[in-house]
Amino acid sequence: MHRERNPLLTAYTVLVYLFLFAPIAILILFSFNDSKRNFNWRGFTFDWYPKLLSNGDLIDALGRTLQVALVAVVVSTILGTLLGLGLVRMRSRGRGTTETLLLLPMVTPEIIMGISLLLFFAQLFGGQGSLTQITLAHITFCISYVAIVVRARAAGLDPQLEEAGRDLGASAWGAFRFVTLPLLTPAVLAGAMLAFALSFDDLVITTFNAGVGSSTLPLYIYSKIRFGVTPEINAISTIIVAVTAISILAAWRVGALRGDQADRVIPDEAV
Amino acid sequence: MARRLGAGALALPSVIWLAVLFIAPLAIIFVVSLGVRDRFGGVVLDRLSLDNYRSALAPEFLPTVWNSFRYAGLTSIFSIVIGYPVAYWISRYGGAHKALLLILVMLPFWTSYLIRTYAWMIILRDNGVVNSVLQGVGLTDEPIILLNTDLSVVLGMTYGFLPFAILPLFVSIDRLDHSLVAAARDLYASGRSAFVHVTLPLTMPGIIAAAILTFIPAIGDYVTPDLLGGAQTTTIAKIVQVQFLSARDWPSGAALGFLLMVVTIGGTLLTLRILRREVL
Repeated sequence: MHRERNPLLTAYTVLVYLFLFAPIAILILFSFNDSKRNFNWRGFTFDWYPKLLSNGDLIDALGRTLQVALVAVVVSTILGTLLGLGLVRMRSRGRGTTETLLLLPMVTPEIIMGISLLLFFAQLFGGQGSLTQITLAHITFCISYVAIVVRARAAGLDPQLEEAGRDLGASAWGAFRFVTLPLLTPAVLAGAMLAFALSFDDLVITTFNAGVGSSTLPLYIYSKIRFGVTPEINAISTIIVAVTAISILAAWRVGALRGDQADRVIPDEAV
Repeated sequence: MARRLGAGALALPSVIWLAVLFIAPLAIIFVVSLGVRDRFGGVVLDRLSLDNYRSALAPEFLPTVWNSFRYAGLTSIFSIVIGYPVAYWISRYGGAHKALLLILVMLPFWTSYLIRTYAWMIILRDNGVVNSVLQGVGLTDEPIILLNTDLSVVLGMTYGFLPFAILPLFVSIDRLDHSLVAAARDLYASGRSAFVHVTLPLTMPGIIAAAILTFIPAIGDYVTPDLLGGAQTTTIAKIVQVQFLSARDWPSGAALGFLLMVVTIGGTLLTLRILRREVL
């Protein structure tokens, strides 16, 4: 079978990767630009970064964003993992309906979910908007993504592995805990990272559920961007890009290593 | 005692959660869309009527609807055309680095959508990167207007949602049994013919998934039309946002939102049904 790389296809792929990263690189570059109006390159400066620390609104918004994301990640990862695994084990009757229920939030435009939750919470809490409301909303849209990722891996697992655990004397819970869960770990981790990114990044659904004093980082940035391009926004953006990039790459290394091991050997605790 | 933890028990908590916080709220959109707005921006549900739908479907609103579909449709097409060769390359030649290459595709996606849209503002505005370069090398004297055009909106959306196309395309290309392609080649199919008659049909589920996964966020996106399209660019999503957050006419916004929802969810479910019957 021919496996020689087609040079044209390779060049094209490199170009698309450049397309994906060039705008972010330019954004980062301009965060070091010594010009208030950010029009042209006026020389290198690091001034915009220390200034962020004295911006109280920004720090508060960051704190709220992390608070929402942490709760949303924990709850949605637990719920989504169980759902993903449940789907694989379901018989065909309930499976179709549950699958549809799982897919619907992913195919619903964010703005629809935003207004639906706004109207729903207006009935319950009077339509003021709050961090609780934002967190509940984030959990709702994260569950499906975790479930999809976990299901993909769970579907590839040999059911006989858990059966073998049972035959060797593990309880139903023990077989799940020591056989299935370790095998699912990379997927659960990936699902959690996805949930974190979705929650941390979410602007639209949050917009409709935020109230006075519950503005998150994306909301803060959006309100600033509408008035134009500034080096401060570039500096905040650069920090966010750096944090997410580093954590994703780190999670990938951990996830990939554990995944390889799980594929090769059944963990000792299971036996 | 059960051999394994039951499927129903595993799925139940999420099913309840989604029923309460996803399905019920969607139903409320429909109820509110039948009401009228009171003087204080509240919702009155005394006399239910379809008036809001009547005004949502009025002829003067058609250009807005057309804008929304055009932007989302073009975004889907561009994403698939740009993404397919990349997904193919990663699957075929990625070797030991497949995972890293996919992470790199996803990395911009993990970066805030808002920040990525903002990056394009820096690049495309009148005194932005592109125009500075063009003027610098003397290709143009006056800045070329790039921001606040159809081009900038579609470019921004394609950039934003491209990873959503590459991932499902990669999954279906990677799952493809390449001995089938080899068999076609052994039976004297040309490279192009083997691609059109074997690879493409077998990866169709990935293409359709990519189309849905890019179309839906694009049609519901009001951020890109707002930041890269400027004030004169209207889309359904943008008007819904205005009705809810500034004009505070919830019933009218709910009617528009409900129509958007019917189109996207209905279209997706229909596509999935066809997909299951034809391909799977």
